[in-house]
Amino acid sequence: MSAELETPDLSDIKIDSVGDFTFPENNVYDAGYGLSEKTIDYICDVKGDPEWIRDFRKKALKVFNEKPMPTHWATKDLENIHFDEFRYYLAGDRKPKKSWDDVPEEVKKTFERLGIPEQERKFLAGVEAQYDSEAAYSNIKAAVAEQGVIFVNSTEGLHKHPEIFKKWFGKVIPTGDNKFSALNSAVFSGGSFIYVPPGVKVKHPLQAYFRINSEQFGQFERTLIIADEGAEVMYMEGCTAPKFDTATLHSAVVELVALKGAKIQYVTVQNWSSNVFNLVTKRGVAHEEAEIRWIDCNIGSRLTMKYPGVVMKGRKARGEVISIALANNGQHQDTGAKMIHAADETTSNVISKSISIGEGRSTYRGLVHIPKHLKGCKNNTECDALLINPKSRTDTYPAISVRGSQHSTQHEASVSQVSAEQIFYLMQRGLSEGEAMSLSVNGFINDLAKEFPMEYSVELKRLIDLEMEGSVG
Amino acid sequence: MPLSPALSTSAPAWFKERATNAWSQFQTLPLPSVRDENWRYSNAKSIPLESLANADVPDSDVVKVAVAASVELEKWSARLVFVNDCLAASESSQLPAGVICVPFSQALEQHSDAMREHFMQRQMQLGSEKFAALHLAMLKAGTVVIVPRGITVPAPIEVFHWVSGENAAIFPHTLVIAEDNAAVTVVDHYRSCTSEAGFSCAVADLIGKPGSHVTYIACQEMSEEAQAMHLSSTVAGKDAQMKSFQLQLGANWSRSESVSDLVGKGARSDMLSVSLPLGDQIVDQRTLQNHKAPNATSDLLYKNALYDSSRTVFSGLITVDEGAHYTDAYQTCRNLLNSDTAEANSLPGLEINADQVKCSHGSTSGPVSEEELFYLKARGIPDNEARRLIVLGFADDVIQRIGNDAIEQMIHARVEEKFARLG
Repeated sequence: MSAELETPDLSDIKIDSVGDFTFPENNVYDAGYGLSEKTIDYICDVKGDPEWIRDFRKKALKVFNEKPMPTHWATKDLENIHFDEFRYYLAGDRKPKKSWDDVPEEVKKTFERLGIPEQERKFLAGVEAQYDSEAAYSNIKAAVAEQGVIFVNSTEGLHKHPEIFKKWFGKVIPTGDNKFSALNSAVFSGGSFIYVPPGVKVKHPLQAYFRINSEQFGQFERTLIIADEGAEVMYMEGCTAPKFDTATLHSAVVELVALKGAKIQYVTVQNWSSNVFNLVTKRGVAHEEAEIRWIDCNIGSRLTMKYPGVVMKGRKARGEVISIALANNGQHQDTGAKMIHAADETTSNVISKSISIGEGRSTYRGLVHIPKHLKGCKNNTECDALLINPKSRTDTYPAISVRGSQHSTQHEASVSQVSAEQIFYLMQRGLSEGEAMSLSVNGFINDLAKEFPMEYSVELKRLIDLEMEGSVG
Repeated sequence: MPLSPALSTSAPAWFKERATNAWSQFQTLPLPSVRDENWRYSNAKSIPLESLANADVPDSDVVKVAVAASVELEKWSARLVFVNDCLAASESSQLPAGVICVPFSQALEQHSDAMREHFMQRQMQLGSEKFAALHLAMLKAGTVVIVPRGITVPAPIEVFHWVSGENAAIFPHTLVIAEDNAAVTVVDHYRSCTSEAGFSCAVADLIGKPGSHVTYIACQEMSEEAQAMHLSSTVAGKDAQMKSFQLQLGANWSRSESVSDLVGKGARSDMLSVSLPLGDQIVDQRTLQNHKAPNATSDLLYKNALYDSSRTVFSGLITVDEGAHYTDAYQTCRNLLNSDTAEANSLPGLEINADQVKCSHGSTSGPVSEEELFYLKARGIPDNEARRLIVLGFADDVIQRIGNDAIEQMIHARVEEKFARLG
């Protein structure tokens, strides 16, 4: 049995008038190919969205249709996205069906070598619903709920906690921010909604994939995290292992709100298959003395465009982006950071390391903005790129805009290779060339890998070892 | 009277044809939009194309004053003075035998082959195709320098371009060709006769054949009502050493586009700049370091000291082509912000397609360091003077890399003079 993606069949849905559907009883929901107002009505009806969300989605669709592709600065590869060929909502039985036997041999081998527990492997391969691995983590969930933390999927958040949801939803990343945030706003489903009450410090990192969620962590997920005054939370998305997905377009929107003195850390380790366009908008607003850190690791995908941002809105707020990107053959990692200083004495830090292997291309794109009425703002940006093979490619395009004499910014970037001497030294000690290269690359990102939770950084190292295989010699 | 091309009758046919084509290109090309990445943070509408007019043939009084004021370097090998794109004075008796240093129109007639081969042969890459076309269409004046193989021109060649008259536009051209192992230094000054509005749209192309040494200095000191554009390119052949320095002091809006093509193994190009914008001056600088050959080095250092409500844009790009292994490429932009309303925008970029490359870029923006100030004040130097010394030192750090004492002193003096206006 192969992955089953049937052609759209809407014959079993009776349409009385536009926006008025009756659904077959077997929970088979499929919005069909392409995107129109009807698709949105369909999604809203299936999900039981309130009217304001329906309006929100329809407005977003209009914005999406009006906005041009950003190819005047971004890669022309974006033109290869054909929006009519996607299905924007799938739930129930219509999800691609797969069995463990269908999982490609190399993927299974990767799991084996990464040492991923049996029960997680099936989830990661997309053959089982994610709550199958839930049992292992239910203790954490219970402990967190006791502290008053809300941790649900975004649809549940919208339905059960409208008073918090509505206040912040779409406020950090407006619909019109870019073409893909508009797309997400039109068709979003899935993703997490987290609210941490004042003063609560969540001890355990919250993870995307052990939450009860009948909706697969989707192609257009929408995540909203609010840390109330003095609260602290760490959220991890993706998996400690590669994320294998048949999707070809992933366009998420993630909004973070850190109120006074709160801290949010958002960790992503993603490894998409190399046919995926991964176009994600992530931004946080840090209020007075709050801190937002994005720790972002991108391995895989055909094209990733992701520039996590922090708007430092309150005095002494802090923003940080730590980013690791690895681009192998046929991949383009276009990542970076946006730091918007909007209050006095705000500080931001961006550290980006990228590795290009084979014909891979990695790009850093950054924006630092310090307007004139402020004082005492600081930014530090460092981007280092490592090129492994002669055909590897790397680009850096920062934009730094500073007004006034009371700020300081510094930006540094370097591009280098693993030195032949270093490889020779390691090989003298009995390592193969590949091992020596892996070790050197791991050394290059070592200081950043430490920023990840321990199990993540271990996996990261193993992932890099795997990616490095066959890149030399 | 709006701008219109006035074709010289004595120019060779190939040139007339190119000029005619350029004029229609200028008319068809759209004005770059602010959404164009090459014009980010800037605006081509700053050039009042509608109100500009062809510069008139200057009065003899104006010429006399301009020629008398065209004195900077004590020692020079040749000196040319242009007022409104008309040759006002020229002396070249000090040149070594065989070196050609002639006004543009003369070069077209007498050195047509070399001109055909080298005159404006490169595609504009930094956004000003329209203005390059305008330059070509309107071009009448400038300097062509051809230094034969193995000859060193001992003292610099100094050229002055003056513009006179309300809204007058000039189109100065500079072409320097250094044959194998030749060495030459050329200094261009762009100035206004009065404080009137005006426009200078200059192009300077430097061609360094294998083993040659070329140093080029552009000093832009136009009136603060004027606009200045400077489109320059450097081609560095095998083991050639090219150096270009931009001094941006005048004009209310100035834009420079500088491209270095490193086409020969072991070539080197230094790209330097100092600007000191006051009031609401805008300095917009775009650079490209293009590594096409292995083992080449390029090193860029641009420094801006900003005052009042001035604004600077620095957008630099290093590209390393496939096969340009063992490249060393560096790019640094430093902004010293001396007021709360000054604004510095930096876009330092890299595009690397080769292996065994050492590349770095850095950009900093900040105020005068409190520590440095304290050090000087502790020694009894008043605050104002201490700041002045620090900013001069900041500029001298770049100026000293020119490697010619006389030129360094001249530029330092120009910077100091502008400083005096700060009060």
